[in-house]
Amino acid sequence: MSLFDLKGKVAIVTGGNRGLGKAMALELARSGATIALVDIKVSNETLADFEKEGLKATGYDFNLTHFDEYSSLVAKILKDQGSIDILVNNAGVKKSHPAVEYPKNDWDFVMDINATAVFYMCQTVGKIMIEKGYGKIINMASLLSFQGGTTVPSYAASKGAVMQFSKSLSNEWASKGVNVNCIAPGNFNTEMSADFIHNPKILERTPAGRWGEPEDLAGTAVYLASKASDYVNGHTLVVDGGILGR
Amino acid sequence: MSLFDLKGKVAIVTGANQGLGKGMALELARCGAKVAIIDLKVSAETIADFEKEGLQATGYDFNLADFDKYPSLVAKILKEQGSIDILLNNAGVQKRHPAEDFPKKDWDFVMDINANAVFYMCQEVGKVMIEKGYGKIINLASLLSFQGGLTVPAYAASKGAVMQFSKSLSNEWASKGITINCIAPGYMDTEMNTALVADKTRSRQILERIPAGRWGTPEDLAGAAVFLASKASDYINGHVIAVDGGWLGR
Ligand SMILES: NC(=O)c1ccc[n+]([C@@H]2O[C@H](COP(=O)([O-])OP(=O)(O)OC[C@H]3O[C@@H](n4cnc5c(N)ncnc54)[C@H](O)[C@@H]3O)[C@@H](O)[C@H]2O)c1
Ligand SMILES: NC(=O)c1ccc[n+]([C@@H]2O[C@H](COP(=O)([O-])OP(=O)(O)OC[C@H]3O[C@@H](n4cnc5c(N)ncnc54)[C@H](O)[C@@H]3O)[C@@H](O)[C@H]2O)c1
Repeated sequence: MSLFDLKGKVAIVTGGNRGLGKAMALELARSGATIALVDIKVSNETLADFEKEGLKATGYDFNLTHFDEYSSLVAKILKDQGSIDILVNNAGVKKSHPAVEYPKNDWDFVMDINATAVFYMCQTVGKIMIEKGYGKIINMASLLSFQGGTTVPSYAASKGAVMQFSKSLSNEWASKGVNVNCIAPGNFNTEMSADFIHNPKILERTPAGRWGEPEDLAGTAVYLASKASDYVNGHTLVVDGGILGR
Repeated sequence: MSLFDLKGKVAIVTGANQGLGKGMALELARCGAKVAIIDLKVSAETIADFEKEGLQATGYDFNLADFDKYPSLVAKILKEQGSIDILLNNAGVQKRHPAEDFPKKDWDFVMDINANAVFYMCQEVGKVMIEKGYGKIINLASLLSFQGGLTVPAYAASKGAVMQFSKSLSNEWASKGITINCIAPGYMDTEMNTALVADKTRSRQILERIPAGRWGTPEDLAGAAVFLASKASDYINGHVIAVDGGWLGR
């Protein structure tokens, strides 16, 4: 199982303070990686959850809307941790309004965090990875990279953007040893989905007959962060209990 | 890493005497699975490659064109190995002719092995898996599940079929504890592609279009196979993982 071993690797996980990001970060750490959690506020509780299992994680309080501070953030992480091998762009937001009245400030907010921030984190960290000829980038797509959803047009737009520019990056960077792929989660039980997850219609449409728990993504993150996926580039791995095939 | 552990599991891998199937079977075994290899003729050499590493594999000589013998084959494997937890439908064939000349017998041959055999192996082993409420099925799709290729219409048809009926099976069986997914390999340097590799122009054109800048190898698929065979993929159903060095995104 050495294919999945992450010993000696450093992983940045954005939005890793809770939800899917936290579950993925924990599993990357269990597989041997040292974790840099980037979130608006990384709580002591979150860090304690790593320490409890003897895992290594450091919190970096940072708001991803601060585009002009990415270079200094990444430089600091590189200096503190010694290297950056894995980048999981997981932080994300959602705002719901009917399309007819969708306000421009919410549109921009969602596009900024879910798409533009992801691209510029890829760019900033990508430079370091290109230089050393190695890197694993994982971006969070969504079922709404494929479907339109209801009353979340900016979310759908942003997730479509992520899936597509990840292929653009893969086309440029695959030959340089940097893998860029996406994970598209289905309906997962987190704070972001609290407003719709308990809708029985969702379960009816899910072949697996249950919604996802954050732990269901853990294996996928390790797969895409490890040697096991070295020939996987520009792919969006769907973890949805079968919804898209239905 | 216990998420990827296959200890105590039995895996059937079809067409694993060589190429991609053998590469995947070896890695499943390294992760702890016992492997039942189905192929036209499983060579002593192949079995020896497992034994060298202290891995468990048994060969079952079988022609997948013999549809009416599937129940007895599967019953025999179940009896000898004690269980069947993983089914990797990897055996496949290729026939090349311009579409205007494509002979019916080659069309039928390719569809039979690449699509019909895969469906009926899923059905036969699926019954066993449904009964125990657990199973991992992995079918080999292809880039030609998405694209048309050149002078291989039957192959494209068969791989399109595999990708789609895998979703049909997932819709019926996901809630019964069985995951059905596909792997779509890109251009891999195996015997199936010797004609392509030998054609200097085609082989250059192909390489130019692979973002990773190299053909794939059987080892490149090993991780995908373990991932889809293990607990790590329990909420993944009806998906196709492309392992193609970025080809499809180009
Ligand atoms: N939960 C689902 O069903 C689901 C489905 C598909 C995709 N996703 C995606 O998965 C990712 C994680 O989702 P989740 O459900 O865990 O959400 P969540 O709301 O529980 O967690 C998101 C995290 O991102 C952080 N974050 C938000 N804005 C930030 C900013 N400006 N700077 C720094 N950090 C910021 C938040 O503080 C939070 O910790 C998101 O990209 C989301 O779009 C979730
Ligand atoms: N090589 C590639 O580039 C590539 C790309 C996409 C998909 N694939 C698929 O991957 C799978 C494996 O391909 P490969 O390149 O390793 O091919 P290969 O020709 O090297 O191996 C195929 C194996 O299947 C066995 N087989 C064929 N017909 C059989 C039958 N009737 N009964 C039992 N066994 C039979 C063969 O004996 C052989 O061992 C195939 O499904 C193929 O379509 C390969």
